Amino acid sequence: MTDLNKAMVETYRNDFLKEVEANVEEGNWVKMCMQCGVCSGSCPFGPDWEHPPQEIFAMIRAGKRDEVLKSESMWMCTSCYNCIVRCPRELPITHIMHGLANYAHRLGIAPKMNPTRRFAKIFWDNIAKSGRVNELELSIRLYFMNGFMKGIKTGLEMLPVGLGMLKTKRLNPFGLFAHGGIKRKGELHKMLKKAYEIEDKRKGFAK
Amino acid sequence: MADIKIGAYICKGCGIGERLDTAQLTLIAQKEGKAQVVREHEFLCNQSGVELIKNDIANEGVNHVVIAACSRRSKAETFNFENVAISRANLREGVIWITPADEDKKEIVQEMAADYIRMGCAESAKMQIPRTNPNLGNNKRLLVVGGGITGLTAAIEASKTGYDVLLVEKSASLGGWAAKLHKRVPDREPYAEPMDTGIADLIKKIESDKHIKVNLNSTITKTSGAPGQFSVDISTESGSTATENVGGIIMASGFTPYDMNKLPYLGAGKSKDVVDQLGLEELAHAANGGPIKRPSDGKEVKSVVFVQCAGQRSDKEGELPYCSGHCCNTSVKQAMYFRNQNPDIDTNVIYTDLRTPGNGEDFYRSAQNKGVIFTKGKVNEVTTGSAGLEVKFKDLILNEDVVAKADLVVLATGQVANSGIDMEAQLLAEAAAAADDKAAKDAGEAAIERVEKPKGVSILNLTYRQGPDLPHLKHGFNDSHFICFPYETRRTGIYSAGPVRRPMDMAQAIEDATGAALKAIQAVENASLGRAAHPRSGDLSFPEFRREGCTQCKRCTVECPFGAIDEDEARYPVFNESRCRRCGTCMGACPVRVISFENYSVDTVGSQIKNIDFPDQFSEKPRILVLACENDAYPALDMAAMNRFQYSAFTRVVPVRCLGSINTIWVTDALNSGYDGVILMGCQKGDNYQCHFVRGSALAHERMSKIDDTLKQLSLEAERVKTYEVAITDIERAPALINEMAETIQKIGLSPLKF
Amino acid sequence: MARKEYSFYPGCSSERKASASNYMVSVESMCKTLDVKLNEIPDWNCCGASIGYAEGGELPRHIMNARNIAISEKENPGQDIVATCAACWLGTKETQERITHSGELLADVNEILKEAGLKYEGKQPVRHMVEVLIEDLGYDELAKPVKKPLEGIKIAGYVGCQTNRPFGVLGESFENPKYLDKLTETMGATALDKYEEKVTCCGGALAFSEPDKSYVQIKKIIESAYDHGADMIVTPCPVCQMNVEVYQGQINKKFGTKFNIPVMYYSQLMTVAYGGSAKEAGLDGNIIRATKLEEIAAKK
Repeated sequence: MTDLNKAMVETYRNDFLKEVEANVEEGNWVKMCMQCGVCSGSCPFGPDWEHPPQEIFAMIRAGKRDEVLKSESMWMCTSCYNCIVRCPRELPITHIMHGLANYAHRLGIAPKMNPTRRFAKIFWDNIAKSGRVNELELSIRLYFMNGFMKGIKTGLEMLPVGLGMLKTKRLNPFGLFAHGGIKRKGELHKMLKKAYEIEDKRKGFAK
Repeated sequence: MADIKIGAYICKGCGIGERLDTAQLTLIAQKEGKAQVVREHEFLCNQSGVELIKNDIANEGVNHVVIAACSRRSKAETFNFENVAISRANLREGVIWITPADEDKKEIVQEMAADYIRMGCAESAKMQIPRTNPNLGNNKRLLVVGGGITGLTAAIEASKTGYDVLLVEKSASLGGWAAKLHKRVPDREPYAEPMDTGIADLIKKIESDKHIKVNLNSTITKTSGAPGQFSVDISTESGSTATENVGGIIMASGFTPYDMNKLPYLGAGKSKDVVDQLGLEELAHAANGGPIKRPSDGKEVKSVVFVQCAGQRSDKEGELPYCSGHCCNTSVKQAMYFRNQNPDIDTNVIYTDLRTPGNGEDFYRSAQNKGVIFTKGKVNEVTTGSAGLEVKFKDLILNEDVVAKADLVVLATGQVANSGIDMEAQLLAEAAAAADDKAAKDAGEAAIERVEKPKGVSILNLTYRQGPDLPHLKHGFNDSHFICFPYETRRTGIYSAGPVRRPMDMAQAIEDATGAALKAIQAVENASLGRAAHPRSGDLSFPEFRREGCTQCKRCTVECPFGAIDEDEARYPVFNESRCRRCGTCMGACPVRVISFENYSVDTVGSQIKNIDFPDQFSEKPRILVLACENDAYPALDMAAMNRFQYSAFTRVVPVRCLGSINTIWVTDALNSGYDGVILMGCQKGDNYQCHFVRGSALAHERMSKIDDTLKQLSLEAERVKTYEVAITDIERAPALINEMAETIQKIGLSPLKF
Repeated sequence: MARKEYSFYPGCSSERKASASNYMVSVESMCKTLDVKLNEIPDWNCCGASIGYAEGGELPRHIMNARNIAISEKENPGQDIVATCAACWLGTKETQERITHSGELLADVNEILKEAGLKYEGKQPVRHMVEVLIEDLGYDELAKPVKKPLEGIKIAGYVGCQTNRPFGVLGESFENPKYLDKLTETMGATALDKYEEKVTCCGGALAFSEPDKSYVQIKKIIESAYDHGADMIVTPCPVCQMNVEVYQGQINKKFGTKFNIPVMYYSQLMTVAYGGSAKEAGLDGNIIRATKLEEIAAKK
């Protein structure tokens, strides 16, 4: 158990709903779910969720902290926003799922090997560093995130895709070295640092 | 009786003049219809048209008017002349709007119009001008039975409208269950917080209202009479009885909470900390805004579980099969008692389906906002553990068995109607017990079940031969016309309001009470004028019978849906005109056809059926008779016409008051005279009936189920006669049914009886 | 002076030699014809995209967008912010909405922006390019410059998710938005009147991390277009475009299908209809070539 996670367990004891309300993006909406299940039925990856959103809400209320936060489910969200527009109670479900995933990730208890979690981290690091996406770097890091051999394999599998992009001038082969990102990177880094500081304080992450 | 002088008026407006040869129609009205005055008019419903008719009534002695124009449902106010018998020949909706304007169809369309002229004149010749009901009742005071929120509201509303009220309450105080509530579910924006019941104010108003006389500790031991002239014996606990006269009655006897002791598996009776919703109201009342304490040891409640649908919506023996409607909102409210007092109290509502009528959805949301947890689950057992109560339930979302610990458990039990004795069910059950064939026994089984519901004491003690209380429909609730006219019952002048007619909450009961009060007022006003009550409100005709022809068969007394016919010592029917709703079900029932109304009789309809021109056998022109209920089927056909849906021009439609008024003689006569097909169109029957006269359509279907024998005797195919349930919305289906019959006739050929 | 002027947020995928560079090429041509001037927000940064949440949380993610809005307000004052990418538009608009509804967030954002000498006011609306076309110009105006109506081309208008939800285009339904069909019909093409997968998710960013699950989605989107006889798919979203186009080979391999359907941007269609060359429409940027469009573009 990470220290941060331990601290949260201590603070909220058995009241997982309260913890979610305090620390998860749009978490105060969880109590408003009326269990109709429209979200689960509207999710493009619905069948792939171990616990679809409706169930996640029920689990939060039932205090199933570990089962929720350690679940791969929220990481299945494609951000299609179908659940949001269909929810009769107008819960921002997409954001709640993002928030839960982010929270679990911050606590260090999200599934380690989940590909979306890892991709998301690589992606953010990529943009936070230079201010813009470097697509080549992103894909290469992605292919190699499961180790060198696997990366070569994935790279080979995806070779036709890459070549297609290259041929149509939609991928920069020199991007790895030449991509510049934004000009005022320093400013951005300072701002992001400050943003993390404030958020950590608000959500009780700050030590 | 003055001589009949028929004036027939043929309108040429709305395209009638262009489509039809009105000169020929005039000739028919004169020669065949025997109308002494016949006039055509370009636009009959305009001022000059109406003046024309009025002038003939005043100066030419016309006393029977045949309007050959639009449907009887159109311009009814315009073509309304006092002391004149009026019949309508429907040339617009009945002919030109439902037929094609093609040249080659002109002949059959003209024939159709001509027949409607013949029928209108024939009906007119047989009609009499109603003399109005001689059995007038002038009492306009209302009796309200029950002093709960429904009764109190009905009383105050009637008083505000200017009517005197006599209120009878069985217990020693007013207010009923509502007075026992700590707070009520909100009835206004923003539907977010429990609010004061307002019952104390209402009681104060009632007590100081000089138009309202309150009788506490009283019951009704005898009710006799009719609208405008009821006589009621009111007995007090001490044994004294007083007779009072009233014009109308509102039955608001409410409900009894389901006995939770029948639910030991939910901990009821085993632990003091398991209460029903009324039990919780008591606790909240006692706490008076402070912490609610559990009954067993007075400890402050820190966790509470609400069990929804306790002993209701259940198929278990002895439990209620229905939903009582208010309990979800009530639990939402009660959960707020806890959260509002202390937001740290664990408050869990376990439900299978949360049903929040009215604006309860907002109220539900408000409770969620306050942190009340709603869990979709089915409670199987409540037991007493070491640390308190344990609620064992199946979580229906997570599909797992869960145990919730609680200091207090509230069971949301249901409402049982205080509706008195279900005589009809008793009779059916007795008949079933006496019957030896299996079918009759099966049919009686449902009735036996109805009787077995614990019902001992009559509320109204009616002296009617049909039983001492209002008939019941389902689950022991009063039969009220819940789809269309919710307060109407099957006893004229007696209206049912509140949870005695169906389970409901306070807001609905208040609305009910207001509606029932207005209906009762309408009824007493009509009664004082000798007019019919709903749904033929204002009708001046009433039923009469020819004593010398009567065989004392009792069919009319048994089948009258409204208990309007009694029997005298010689077992002849005694019509109670003021109770009669003028549906004609008695007329349809009478095997010897001795019952009639002045303006609606076996003859007025029979002569319409017979007085059409039957083409010769080689013309290949069939004739289809449609007997259409004037309440739903006839308007459906009118609306079909407005939409220009077409049906066979070989059709002749005769409106009837109710399918129940159809005497089978009309059908056999029609077939004998040469109709090739007969269709009966009435309203929906059964438990979800839409029949304005409740039982009419069902009785007609029963009678017609035996028509096959008659058809066999006549050597006719069974397909020639059809009976349908048609709703007012069936504007496409109704014409389609007629066209179906036209096709059938084409297939099986014209009636052999034609020749 | 141009007829209309906007503060433009092109987004990462629109950069030269990035995945939606051909979108950018065609947008520039289209705007030239329509006399619409796009003033790029100087030194704009990434919006965080939909996948940024996991590491970026709330405030850092909103800061990325707030920075762009603040720069736009400073450098392109009074101009609506226009994005061509669905994710850019959504991310920026979402940040703006959140700040509008939270005084705390506004205060936090401005405290952070101070680090760069910026200030957030959020006065200018954040809009998608199709909104500009439909609302500011209108179909009639868009029809005027049409020189080569795209007659005989059947088009599956694939709206996808993020241009459509949760904000969408005013007056359009989430379940069956019509604007893309109207836009293609305005260009003289025939829009499928039935296209079940019009708003189906292509998997979005999860095409990278959960390719197999995404392929199932993409397969549905393409299959339905084929079923209704479409010559090509048209979309307003760079992620949709890329996912639906570039993985067709992988899907064919996996499912034994023979998909080979062009996936175009509305702006490419418009550029061709307005008489632009294949190059101006960025047609050479498509892996699966839209021969029917190329033929029309080549016609004199």
